[in-house]
Amino acid sequence: MNYIETDGVKIVLRNFGKIDPLKVEEYVARGGYESLKKALTAMTPEAVIEEVKASGLRGRGGAGFPTGLKWSFTKKDADQKYIVCNADEGEPGTAKDRLIMTGDPHGLIEGMAIAGYAIGATKGFIYCRGEYTTSINTLNHAINQARENGFLGENLFGTDFTFNLEVRSGAGAYVCGEETALIESIEGHRGMPRFKPPFPGGAGLWGKPTVVNNVETLANVPVILDKGADWYKSIGTEKSAGTKIFILCGNLRNTGALELPFGMTVREVMETYGGGLLTGRDLQMVHLGGAASGIMPPALIDTPLTYEDLQAVGQGLGSGVILAIDDQKDFMSYICSNTHFFEHESCGKCTPCREGTARINEILHRIAAGDGTLEDLDNLKDLGEMMQISALCGLGQAAPTPVLTSLEHFMDKYVEAVSGKKNEVNEEAVATEAIHKSYYEAAPIKLD
Amino acid sequence: MINLTIDGKQVQAESGMTILQAAKANGIEIPTFCYDPALSKAGACRICVVEVEGARLLAAACVAPIYEGMVVHTNSEKVQKSRRINLELLWANHNQDCLTCEKAGECKLQELCYKYGVTESRFEGKKRNLPIFDDNPFYIRDYNKCINCGKCIRACQEIQINETYDFVDRGFNTHPDTAYRVDLMAKESPCVFCGNCVAVCPTGALTSKINRGTFRTWEVEKKVKTTCTYCGCGCGLELNVIGNKVVRVTPDLSGTTPNEHGALCTKGRFGFDFINREDRLTNPLIKENGKFRKASWEEALDLIASKLKGIADVNGGNSLMFLSSARTTNEENYLMQKLSRAVFKTNNVDHCARL
Amino acid sequence: MAGLAASFGSGAMTNSISEFSKAKCIFVIGSNTTETHPIISLQIKKAVKYNGAKLIVADPRRIDLIDFADVWMRHKSGTDVALFNGMMHVILKEGLADEEFIKERTEKFDELKAVVDKYTPEYASEITGVPAEDIIEAARIYASAENSSIAYAMGITQHTCGVDNVRSSANLAMVTGNMGKEGTGVNPLRGQNNVQGACDMGALNAVYTGYQKVTLPAVKEKFEKAWGVEGLSDKPGYTVTSSFAAVEEGKVKGMFIMGENPMVSDPNTGHIEHCLKALDFLVVQDIFLTPTAQLADVVLPAATFAEKEGTFTNTERRVLKVRQAINPIGNSKPDWKILCEIATCCGYPMDYANAEEIFEEIASVTPSYGGISYDRIEETGGLAWPCPTKDHPGTKFLHKGKFARGLGEFKGIEWKAPAENPDDAYPLILSTGRSLFHYHTGSMTRRAKALDEYLPKNRVEINPAKAAELGIANGEQVKISTRRGEVVTEAYVTERVPEHTIFLLFHFEEAAANRLTNNALDPVCGIPEYKACAAKIEKIS
Ligand SMILES: Cc1cc2nc3c(=O)[nH]c(=O)nc-3n(C[C@H](O)[C@H](O)[C@H](O)COP(=O)(O)O)c2cc1C
Ligand code: SF4
Ligand code: SF4
Ligand code: SF4
Repeated sequence: MNYIETDGVKIVLRNFGKIDPLKVEEYVARGGYESLKKALTAMTPEAVIEEVKASGLRGRGGAGFPTGLKWSFTKKDADQKYIVCNADEGEPGTAKDRLIMTGDPHGLIEGMAIAGYAIGATKGFIYCRGEYTTSINTLNHAINQARENGFLGENLFGTDFTFNLEVRSGAGAYVCGEETALIESIEGHRGMPRFKPPFPGGAGLWGKPTVVNNVETLANVPVILDKGADWYKSIGTEKSAGTKIFILCGNLRNTGALELPFGMTVREVMETYGGGLLTGRDLQMVHLGGAASGIMPPALIDTPLTYEDLQAVGQGLGSGVILAIDDQKDFMSYICSNTHFFEHESCGKCTPCREGTARINEILHRIAAGDGTLEDLDNLKDLGEMMQISALCGLGQAAPTPVLTSLEHFMDKYVEAVSGKKNEVNEEAVATEAIHKSYYEAAPIKLD
Repeated sequence: MINLTIDGKQVQAESGMTILQAAKANGIEIPTFCYDPALSKAGACRICVVEVEGARLLAAACVAPIYEGMVVHTNSEKVQKSRRINLELLWANHNQDCLTCEKAGECKLQELCYKYGVTESRFEGKKRNLPIFDDNPFYIRDYNKCINCGKCIRACQEIQINETYDFVDRGFNTHPDTAYRVDLMAKESPCVFCGNCVAVCPTGALTSKINRGTFRTWEVEKKVKTTCTYCGCGCGLELNVIGNKVVRVTPDLSGTTPNEHGALCTKGRFGFDFINREDRLTNPLIKENGKFRKASWEEALDLIASKLKGIADVNGGNSLMFLSSARTTNEENYLMQKLSRAVFKTNNVDHCARL
Repeated sequence: MAGLAASFGSGAMTNSISEFSKAKCIFVIGSNTTETHPIISLQIKKAVKYNGAKLIVADPRRIDLIDFADVWMRHKSGTDVALFNGMMHVILKEGLADEEFIKERTEKFDELKAVVDKYTPEYASEITGVPAEDIIEAARIYASAENSSIAYAMGITQHTCGVDNVRSSANLAMVTGNMGKEGTGVNPLRGQNNVQGACDMGALNAVYTGYQKVTLPAVKEKFEKAWGVEGLSDKPGYTVTSSFAAVEEGKVKGMFIMGENPMVSDPNTGHIEHCLKALDFLVVQDIFLTPTAQLADVVLPAATFAEKEGTFTNTERRVLKVRQAINPIGNSKPDWKILCEIATCCGYPMDYANAEEIFEEIASVTPSYGGISYDRIEETGGLAWPCPTKDHPGTKFLHKGKFARGLGEFKGIEWKAPAENPDDAYPLILSTGRSLFHYHTGSMTRRAKALDEYLPKNRVEINPAKAAELGIANGEQVKISTRRGEVVTEAYVTERVPEHTIFLLFHFEEAAANRLTNNALDPVCGIPEYKACAAKIEKIS
């Protein structure tokens, strides 16, 4: 695991490398479970939600939805509610949640217990990517320790609050990271997303109100309660409070994961921590945020890494992956590997995505092979835009984003391709997904 | 009541309704594939998408709840474009065999392609290529015509309360099939051939085998609602007629029949072809020297009247027995007992109620 | 029927089909519902799957409904009374009875109590072979649910003790107050499409329409007036089964059979054939040349349901419309027209212009149908009787507030062994029944291509242990014999049947189960014992 040390403030990785994750006493020694105690003994659930709201914390699972607000939307009266931690981490190249789960599992457990208290859930599930065996083992170990030490179970800290936690291992499909598909999967069904509304907060797991949050989101919570919303808000920018784990990968000298306050530009991060590109190489593009995010042209890399700035230029932060691709890589091959990924990962439930991802991939391969036409480009745009607004879940809605953003910024490359230039697309490699993963190779995505 | 605007019209609808329901209640039709009022909702086909002002995404009308002040456009350019592409996508992955398809004329895909002017698809390419499953006497499954609406799966689960199908494979290859893809006739298959799945399939993916290839859907002259002739459930159904032939049975969806959602069993749906069988009795028969010969009604009735009267005259009415029938109508049973009682003055009338 | 009428004052299904899905407990006994009443089974399964209902099934065979059951009592064929008594014993002992209901709405409870007293679960278990715990659990579930419904069919009635079985089910419902409320009741599921209607119409030896007794002078007078005749008989006539005995004795010489096929449907086919051949004159009116029609002197071609207008009354007492879709095939005619012509030829003119006119007459002489008309059926989709007046909405469930007979009558019933028990010569119990894929004597379904292709021949279900013992392999030809006859068919080795029972379908004339069955009758209502007779089975090489 390549962890890149920084000198700035750390929140979710504050204990990373500083404690033995298998020893709860080391977590406690650094102030662990104090926030949970504070919440349970000195705060009402509403006050906890207010504090999280005031902190400006936004979801780190990709959509950036304000966490406090999500909690406050949870249906009030229900005999049972659930808090679910999304640890599916299916985004290619992303390995941020794993750092937390393997490096500081109690930080997540404490965050979940606090969230459970805030929304009134007595039961939590951590839905962890199946291949993450170390994470699963570490979490189970930590949960047992927490239970033995009175941080989980009945009557926590002498209050009447009860909270139990269970780890469920994921089914392996990318779409299972989508919160409703994840819920279906926990329920034992095929991982296919549900339509929304109802949102999980209204009717989620087994029809009960459920909050689904990302690992990194939840890991922020103990610190927010400990140091206060004001402190938290002072980090990062106005609209993007706190820190974020970024993953540098692709054709950079240094790759790895690091926690940074929001606000540095893409270029600064790549240069300061990634060491820039290899000598003699030029940047072709940055794929920022994961497979379903936009393709960023070099002209935009001075955009600060915040929700608001990226949105303003039609890009997104996604899961925090910063994939730099230099001019030695073949453009069409990269795009094709990406569209292949989505065709493969579509769950098949809704028409726009099931059929659309396949057609986008088909058209792009045709173009890459030199058999495309200008109409194909129009058709791609039409189809992509339709999927964005008509697909059932985030997967199908976001799947065309790389194609649409690259059509916007790299039209010349497409035109060149449809004008007869044969590309050397390694069909076999694309088909086996290997090529897609290879772009993230430099990143620390070796699985546990 | 909730106030909202649909296609520029101020309308009211009940709280808790979906856009689809509110539109329907106000006379505005929105096309659907995967929606069926009898089934749980899927929100999957996305053909019913509509534009809601202020929303980034189009909303699936079948599942999107209405709210006060909502402004909906059910047929804006954006909506039409989305529907057209949706249809092009389906069409590109369809075997386009309308000429010989049993469903032609009643196919929802055909109908909407017509309505939205989709005559060809820009997205032609690979197609699903699955074998046609002709594995039972009742219906054929051709998933090359399936649009993955999932209604068959839900009909089996929610109407038949059985679990024959679920989606198998993923992505482009997703389609319904049995668990472990066993044949429907296999021991492990729970299918009871009620055909409730066939009845809800919007395309030619699931089609009946009875009278297959002998008529086109548009040739059906009338659909006569009546009551099933088999068991005592009394299910409502529709006899579809061409000429003097019953060519198929369709469900009676009027909602007032004893069979909820028009559900039928295998006999009611697939067992009607005895009606037009060649070996139906078509003339009175009189037995002479141990052999039957054709007779006119007059002759047969005269013979019967004289024989019955003769026996009654000699031995009394109680020497006759009238066996009525639990298969015939009330009116006929009434006349049978009236015949025995009023004409022959005997209570020797019964039927096999006890069997 | 006779049983329920004695307990409640009406023999019909007390509640409606759709109410099953609203019950919190359903007790199905002697009904292979998924096959014999498929659409009713949907409501039962729905109750279990979507409404949290508990399902208790009592059946010697492992029928499909058992997949949905909370308790399955695999009782020995013919031991239903002991099972009911055992359950009631538990209910009374554990204080689960509805005392108030018993006090307010019933009579003769003490008589029941006296009998039930000795049916401890252990004793009931001894007779039925059902573990005592299961009887206790079933009793508790049935008695504790908010509303519990009982459904039964031929498995209860087709025994020499059929009436006892039915009255026992009525006892159980009354003990727990599960009567006269939504989703409760005692619900006999009637087999054929219009068996309820045929009974309602007085196609029964002792009653006119609406169960008006032929023996009552006022009733006789009423019908004499309505029909413009004199001298209607006030003596009950023969039932189907007793009429055959009368033929043998030379008392019945002529028979008119409309749409029935006793050669296949009635027990002891050999005997039936003998009787039909002994008649001086036999008329059979049917849609096909059935085995019965083949014995007739005159055969009349009738129209099917698709070719005529009329009404059927389904098992929930609902009068439903039959509408004409096509013209009668060939020279066939609707049965009602033929009957009119025969009556007219016999000197009693019947000239109804259409079926509706007949129905109007029915409504005018039948109080429970009084408010029903074709127009109202069109409007509502069907009305359930009693519907005495034009503004009456029909009756979804019976006995609300008061039983048809006033107070519900308990009857203490002792268990009696079936008429014929297995012995050394015939060591197995033969039980007969229906398949989902065929109907009754098969005259229609055997001619429906898909159905006949699916199930083209009969087969006898035999338990694997028994099959192994007798050296019979699945699919082998076997001969089944009883004291009345033999049938050769194929063996189907399956756990569905218990070890000492074999099960045969009765739809197949070429392997007719009724060549084997017993024509011993229930002493009260004359139902033959199809569900249990002694048999043996052997492999034929
Ligand atoms: C196709 C797809 C995959 C997703 N995968 C993940 C994932 O692996 N991890 C995650 O936390 N969120 C994932 N999400 C986002 C979740 O649906 C959900 O928004 C998130 O878990 C909410 O948590 P947050 O508010 O803390 O970000 C995915 C969304 C989609 C559409
Ligand atoms: S958008 Fe794709 S992944 Fe999401 S529901 Fe539709 S087919 Fe499934
Ligand atoms: S025929 Fe009936 S049982 Fe078979 S799959 Fe279709 S709905 Fe299910
Ligand atoms: S087979 Fe028919 S009903 Fe089933 S999913 Fe396909 S199109 Fe829909």
